[in-house]
Amino acid sequence: MKSLEDLKKLREKLQAGNAVRQGGSTQIIVGMGTCGIAAGAREALNAIMDEIAKRKLRDVVVRQTGCIGMCEKEPLVDVVREGEARITYGHVTPEVARKIVAEHVVNDRIVDENVVAKLTD
Amino acid sequence: MHELALHILDMVQNCLDAGASEVVLEIVEDQADDVLLIRVSDNGRGMTAEQVAQVRSPFYTSRTTRRVGLGVPLIDMTTAQCGGHLKIESRPGKGTVMEACYRLSHIDRPPLGDMAGTLKTLLIGSQDVDFTYRHTVDGRQFALSSRELQEALAGVPFYDPEVWEWLSGYLRENFCRLYGGATE
Repeated sequence: MKSLEDLKKLREKLQAGNAVRQGGSTQIIVGMGTCGIAAGAREALNAIMDEIAKRKLRDVVVRQTGCIGMCEKEPLVDVVREGEARITYGHVTPEVARKIVAEHVVNDRIVDENVVAKLTD
Repeated sequence: MHELALHILDMVQNCLDAGASEVVLEIVEDQADDVLLIRVSDNGRGMTAEQVAQVRSPFYTSRTTRRVGLGVPLIDMTTAQCGGHLKIESRPGKGTVMEACYRLSHIDRPPLGDMAGTLKTLLIGSQDVDFTYRHTVDGRQFALSSRELQEALAGVPFYDPEVWEWLSGYLRENFCRLYGGATE
């Protein structure tokens, strides 16, 4: 059985190996309002995290937000990177979610077919 | 929503929207009493008696992006369809307690569903919130405290790749045990 003691040891190992991130260069934000949840936002978030874990990506921050008013396009996922336009993806199934991590976050290629908004500031 | 675990995610999300710093989620499944109880308590900003009276209506919402709010009405509907009830107690400035009760054996009761997925989502979304989970199935209990996890993590976030994998395994083991199955 895993215990909190194991978690502490894991954390010590991560800190000793200097593996702990110093803030992220990429932020992924998942909409988690009622509309998002009903459309599959939980599955999208878990798929994103599983893919990040599989690829051991340490510079990605994952956050949540509420309803932003494009409910018909949920699940919505935003990818924010410094110096780049904020990309909002819609209809993010677990498959699309994994693609966003593999293509956009890792390979710098925006997943065009699911983009619903681009915001430059 | 086809899983109670999704309603639960929605209920806790409401606590976070209400600015809660402490959330307690309790689930009790008891075959002898034929009951499935979900109770979510928070110390958020709470609601007035008038708001509590309105909150079951789909045409009431505190949000400004739309004029409908479906979270609570959906839970109200599923409990009523399953010989249960939804009880809401709230005081402004003190917090809210929502209790959804179902007849465990009712043919229309939605399955509890993927509670591990809901819990992991909640941990990612409530890094600054003290979140306590207590789940009892016929006398067996699984309890989790986000504060205890965070103390063990000393600043390493839940979305760290290796922490996420640990968390996934930890929840898998504990839910297996909770439902009386063999652990891996």
